[in-house]
Amino acid sequence: MSAEAAAAAGSDPHKLGRGHGHGHGGATGQSVGGPAPNRIVVGYGFWLFLLSDIVMFSGFFAAYAVLAGQTAGGPSGRQVFDLNTVAIETVCLLASSFTCGLATLAVGARMKLKFYGAMATTFVFGAIFLGIELHEFAGLIAAGNGPQRSAFLSAFFCLVGCHGLHVTAGLLWLLTMMAQVFAKGFRRDVLNRMLCFSLFWHALDIIWVALFTVVYLIGVAP
Amino acid sequence: MLGKLSWAAIPLDQPIPMIASGVVVLIILGVLAFVTLKGWVPYLWNEWITSVDHKRIGVMYIVLAVVMLIRGFADAIMMRSQQAVAFHGGGYLAPEHYNQIFSAHGTIMIFFGAMPFIIGLMNFVVPLQLGDRDVAFPTLNSVSFWLTATGALLVNISLVIGEFARTGWLPYPPLSELKYSPGVGVDYYLWAIQISGVGTLLTGVNFVTTILKLRAPGMSYLRMPMFCWTALAANLLIVAAFPILTATLAMLSLDRYLGFHFFTNEGGGNLMMFMNLIWAWGHPEVYILVLPCFGIFSEVISTFSSKPLFGYRSMVIATLFICLVSFTVWLHHFFTMGAGPDVNAVFGIATSVIAVGTGVKIYNWMFTMFGGRIRFTTPMLWSLGFMVTFVLGGMTGVLLAVPPADFVLHNSMFLVAHFHNVIIGGVLFGVLAGYTFWFPKAFGFTLDEAWGKAAFWFTLVGFYVTFVPLYVAGLLGMTRRLQHYDVAGWKPWLTWAAIGTAVTAIGVICQIVQLVVSIRNREALRDVTGDPWDGRSLEWATSSPPPAFNFAVLPNVEGEEAYWSIKQAAREQQRLRDEPEYEDLEMPRNSPTGFVCAFFATVVGFALIWHIWWLAILGLIGAYATFVMFAWRDTTEYHIPAAEVARIDRANRSARQEALTTYTGPRP
Amino acid sequence: MSEQQASGHAVHDLAPGEEELDGSGVAQGLRGYLLGLALAVGLTAASFYFARSSLIWAPGVATALIVLAIAQMGVHLVFFLHITTGPDNTNNVLALAFGVLIVFLIMAGSLWIMANLNHHMPSMDQVMRMQR
Repeated sequence: MSAEAAAAAGSDPHKLGRGHGHGHGGATGQSVGGPAPNRIVVGYGFWLFLLSDIVMFSGFFAAYAVLAGQTAGGPSGRQVFDLNTVAIETVCLLASSFTCGLATLAVGARMKLKFYGAMATTFVFGAIFLGIELHEFAGLIAAGNGPQRSAFLSAFFCLVGCHGLHVTAGLLWLLTMMAQVFAKGFRRDVLNRMLCFSLFWHALDIIWVALFTVVYLIGVAP
Repeated sequence: MLGKLSWAAIPLDQPIPMIASGVVVLIILGVLAFVTLKGWVPYLWNEWITSVDHKRIGVMYIVLAVVMLIRGFADAIMMRSQQAVAFHGGGYLAPEHYNQIFSAHGTIMIFFGAMPFIIGLMNFVVPLQLGDRDVAFPTLNSVSFWLTATGALLVNISLVIGEFARTGWLPYPPLSELKYSPGVGVDYYLWAIQISGVGTLLTGVNFVTTILKLRAPGMSYLRMPMFCWTALAANLLIVAAFPILTATLAMLSLDRYLGFHFFTNEGGGNLMMFMNLIWAWGHPEVYILVLPCFGIFSEVISTFSSKPLFGYRSMVIATLFICLVSFTVWLHHFFTMGAGPDVNAVFGIATSVIAVGTGVKIYNWMFTMFGGRIRFTTPMLWSLGFMVTFVLGGMTGVLLAVPPADFVLHNSMFLVAHFHNVIIGGVLFGVLAGYTFWFPKAFGFTLDEAWGKAAFWFTLVGFYVTFVPLYVAGLLGMTRRLQHYDVAGWKPWLTWAAIGTAVTAIGVICQIVQLVVSIRNREALRDVTGDPWDGRSLEWATSSPPPAFNFAVLPNVEGEEAYWSIKQAAREQQRLRDEPEYEDLEMPRNSPTGFVCAFFATVVGFALIWHIWWLAILGLIGAYATFVMFAWRDTTEYHIPAAEVARIDRANRSARQEALTTYTGPRP
Repeated sequence: MSEQQASGHAVHDLAPGEEELDGSGVAQGLRGYLLGLALAVGLTAASFYFARSSLIWAPGVATALIVLAIAQMGVHLVFFLHITTGPDNTNNVLALAFGVLIVFLIMAGSLWIMANLNHHMPSMDQVMRMQR
């Protein structure tokens, strides 16, 4: 998806870079060219929102790191984490990131069927991830090791659960995007939202990398 | 079915909240009836409530802020009067009630008074100064405003239904945990702040994107007005800091609602973690408040000294320096809570260092005035008052930054006087300067100068008479948040503080009278050209009020102080720039998304506070549905034909041409 | 990866997450994603392996895992999010750097402060445990 296509005539309805106020060399957004095209503005704004989301996660990470040792007589990570399920979750999320990339390529090439296929596969991988995670939580709670047991478990459920909530929201958004493409086609605003969705989905996988490393892998390390 | 909610939630046995809420409810009903009977509802709905225009949203933010500032000030009057008479247990406020009052005072003043005022000013001014038509995400802007209003509404509902938090404006555990605060007060606080916090975060994203990506052609970073630089720094801080607040309050909510153990005494919780995280947000927050005000002062001082801002580049560096260092000082809010000398020393030094940035700014403002032709208008008086008052407040801050001194003064009235010194001297004076300065741009007529000056002098004197005695009381050992006290030596100082509050109240009344008088005399005070102050930046190139599209054609910026060079050229050549080629414009369409979303947010917040789970879920579904409906819109813009643009612009041009021919030289 | 035209044309910004693909678009894009996937899988496998094996000296395992995690986050950023160091990506990289700085300050600051606080002012459980 070429950025200069977005800057072409027709996608500048506010007449921002033209007329009396024509910038130097059309280098829009780069200081002196005048206002940037809509796609860049939308993408950048969402990028900033994602960074703020990552700062929020770092608050939960910090709490987890501080409270990880506070097991209050209950189990520690080593006693309750099963690395095999974590490995499967990781593969699922990574695969879903890849298929999301395929969906982006399909959008760029305006191939609807491939888009639906890639998005559906992404959904399936994401849903499996979520299912495994919910199963893990249910198991812990059934064994009496829910978040009310200790500060460590509170921090664990909150951090991992927050990521899971984001994945859930992402899956809802995924379905909405499929519906939008079905109803409106590859319209400019739908394309912008797909860009935001793919940023979101990839960022969730990045956060998962930090999560499985800090919580699970370091948690069970001797 | 209705969770914890029952008729017992209304505090029928407490006269003060009942009378206060009764008065407020009557006023609200009166206003609603008046508006409806006058037939203004369609106008208000179409032009204001569903507006996505940054200028309208800015005005609404400021209206909200002013109302909440008055509510917060009412709390202050109650606190000062209580303390003036509460020697040996006198006083009219019960302890549980007094605790709610000081908690509400701080919460309202910061979150619903100061923040909306500043965000409102940024909303109105920044796109105009950047030479743009609106912010990056206009509908999101509307959502942000209405979510903030939701938070304010929830806090005010707590007056009538239930109670407010008794924990102070930051709900420290374990007091704020369910065990020690089993009522709904802390929950009101949590949901009001979380919901409005989402709105503020979205504002941060919106403005950083606007300032970095949506400037007029030719406006490089070093040609931006200083207010835009400080707005950028403040909004970067919002994007970076507010998520920490969200996370921390979420953890406290999990403790309260689901029995988690983040900050509890049992189960391994660590209450200091709350202090650590909340102040990691809390310190950047005060810079979010004050940095835009520094920008306002830069604009006002250069305009009314008839000189460009001195040391523009050093101002930019100082702003970014403050922005970055503000993230490295937060421990100074809890020096006394157990950290060792090494940690205290590092944060103490960082806190002293951050004052350097402000020092640079003060010197630059002074050098801007030096050699200039100064006009002592109301905004300029606020700026001068700020410079003296804020420096004093900053000095007491640097004193508190020394850990051994802080061990004596932490949580004393000295601290209370310090932060009011900098917030009132910096933030309040700043927003009032900005309000007076940009009022003509927003409404087409200036505010009455005489009443404005009266408001300034009463507020300035009132501030000193209130807070200098509190510094003394602090040095005499008085701690904060006392509902009664037994030390006779404090009483005279507290009495003076109450008198000071009365003087400030006169200032507040003058401010309100100024508005009423100015509206009555608006024809005489009319701003005909759009440039009442001989301004230097692009907002003064538009008419007052500007048209919906701000600029008929986006200006081509060729130097610092974009408008000043255009104006000087026009004055020398005795003619305006050539008429531009007018073209059709498309502007973003209004949308009820913000209002509807906030309605559902209010429902969700109220339901969660009172544990009405089914209602909360319904509200969340409603909020999601609102966004999906917004995403399904097919028409997102409305069309303004070139002829209409031309008509509006030509009207302003003829007014300016007229002023040009009668221009006799710079104002005295 | 950015489309640098001949002199006389301006360079414009890219939205974050966007890559400029020329004519052979999809195939080139696919190669990028496949390479990213392969690298990520490799780094993940390495992490899981090192966590459980005794190949790395025990006290250094945590550091090794963090290094691998940072590397994998880099792979995601470059191959999936198309963050590059070209001039068209400057704003995106700067925003990312700012975010990373804040995360570092919060994490490092909180860990240092809390460790210091817990050392100087332990909670009752910790005091009891110390007395046993």
